[in-house]
Amino acid sequence: MTEVGAIAGQPQPEIDESRRKFLTVATSATAGVGVVLAAAPFVASWAPSERARALGAPVEVDIAKLAVGQMITPTWRLKPIYIVRRDPAMVDKLAQHDGQLKDAKSEDSTQPDYARNEMRARRADVLVLIGICTHLGCLPKQFFDAGDPVLGADWPGGFRCPCHGSRFDLAGRVFNGSPAPTNLVVPPYAFRGQDTLVIGVDNATKQGAA
Amino acid sequence: MTPEAANRPGQRAARGGLWGWINQRLPVDLFWRSQLSEYFAPKNFNIWYYFGSLALLVLVLQLLTGIFLTMFYKVGATTSFDSVEFIMREVPYGWLIRYLHSTGASAFFIVVYLHMYRSLLYGSYKAPRELLWLFGMIIYLALMAEAFLGYVLPWGNMSFWAATVIINLFGTIPGIGPGLVEWIRGDYGIADATLNRFFSLHVVAVPLVLLLLVTLHLVALHEVGSNNPDGVEIKDKKDARGRPLDGIAFHPYYTVKDIVGVCVFLTLLAIVVFFVPTFGDLFLEKANFEPANPLSTPDPISPSWYFTPYYAILRAVPNQRIGALLMLIAVVSFFFLPWLDRSPVKSMRYRGWISRSFLGLFTISFLGLMYLGMQPAQEPYVTMARIFAVPYFAYFWLMPFYSRIDAVKPVPERVTFHG
Repeated sequence: MTEVGAIAGQPQPEIDESRRKFLTVATSATAGVGVVLAAAPFVASWAPSERARALGAPVEVDIAKLAVGQMITPTWRLKPIYIVRRDPAMVDKLAQHDGQLKDAKSEDSTQPDYARNEMRARRADVLVLIGICTHLGCLPKQFFDAGDPVLGADWPGGFRCPCHGSRFDLAGRVFNGSPAPTNLVVPPYAFRGQDTLVIGVDNATKQGAA
Repeated sequence: MTPEAANRPGQRAARGGLWGWINQRLPVDLFWRSQLSEYFAPKNFNIWYYFGSLALLVLVLQLLTGIFLTMFYKVGATTSFDSVEFIMREVPYGWLIRYLHSTGASAFFIVVYLHMYRSLLYGSYKAPRELLWLFGMIIYLALMAEAFLGYVLPWGNMSFWAATVIINLFGTIPGIGPGLVEWIRGDYGIADATLNRFFSLHVVAVPLVLLLLVTLHLVALHEVGSNNPDGVEIKDKKDARGRPLDGIAFHPYYTVKDIVGVCVFLTLLAIVVFFVPTFGDLFLEKANFEPANPLSTPDPISPSWYFTPYYAILRAVPNQRIGALLMLIAVVSFFFLPWLDRSPVKSMRYRGWISRSFLGLFTISFLGLMYLGMQPAQEPYVTMARIFAVPYFAYFWLMPFYSRIDAVKPVPERVTFHG
């Protein structure tokens, strides 16, 4: 058995095993770091592109003509946004069915801090929701009339998902017995004046300056 | 001929001429003999042993039809749906190529499920075939990914909402979920960016991985040799020349047998492709003949039939996160079979009533969950899915106990023939 590199008739060079091991480990580790660093731009390429980000910018909606009991559905970041004008009667009803709700206080649901209240809104008269069921992503339909013939005499008015029957009240809070786990999500939004709603920002003036 | 070549074990004198010239540079003859004409497989294979070679056939069918579909398909949120209709209506025989590909996807899962079930019947995953089984299971996972990615490409409304629901499952991972979902989609919803990357993965990345895995699966198979319905190791009994007494050469014996299976399979495939390509909404769904619409969810929404057992488990759990976790466990449980099974024998032929009952219950629960996953998410289906999920998980996770205490029959020395 001759060592690699040994020449017949000549004294064999001493092999420094620990040096050899160190070089092997050091080379492998350097290559490993290189692989990880080289992978970074490929991984990063999957993030939303600049164009997608630009198209995902905040959306302004004029709600001057939105009448009581009406809903408009603009889109923001490819998601339908439900904007509903509520009257005091609708708002008063919200407090009357807390016992039938999964998350009446919106503790396990997603909304900005200013919407973590009974109204789930900045202003009681305007409800803003992402119109995507928190169960499997279908679009809930509007059933605003109390006592709707489909949903029964005690129905206070709200939304019902056509896919798996999840029911939500007029603050997007989910009723017991629905497959949806949490209330409908409230997106970040702000008002600029009385009649302009900006979806996608928490502070309308700051965005206006930008 | 070089002296080295002559000294190779099992090497016959290489021929001269061009064939000899090639063989001195590339071991074609050696490969043919070691992998086919002198590769010995048990002589007692039954009908269950058709599905391995059929899976290979479907892979080739999918690659071939997929290459041709790619020539006419135009990826993009505004072009995908139209180009699929273009293929169906205007490309000569485009409908045939597409129906072969869509039917082939379902055929792939039928064949693979039967191929896997054969292993459960005859204990083919047990030592020394654990790695063979693991490669097979990774192929199964890659196949599920490939099928899902391909399902999105026609950009019908079911494509869109299937992508929405499946990608949202990643959102249930604590902490990184929402960011991960956005990274996978490449936008704030399922969009053109998502479709483009899914196309790349479907036609390049996953097929390459599949081919590599299938190669590893076959290399591992030819290293350890096939199991058989008796679960007897044929390598234990060899003749004077070192050939297994119960083995026969793969070629011509099993190549010819497999051709019979191929004929039957292609006949059935042709019947579906020509007469029932949608297979009653199971292979192609009505809702997908409508372009993707982010503002309208198809009602009802359900995944392709080959995913429904897992989907039924997902929906059976009221807590979304635990549901997603249980669904993951339902798939991953298969990986652990070689170590969960403590029975001293491989084949169900020599196992007792306990193992047979658990396998029977598992079979019923898998098919039952498959049916329930296609039904709307309401009672009584949700409660039934909960009931059916119990024997499904029990089959795997009680196996270390019942497989050990189960009475076994003596295993014969040599393979047997039944009927």
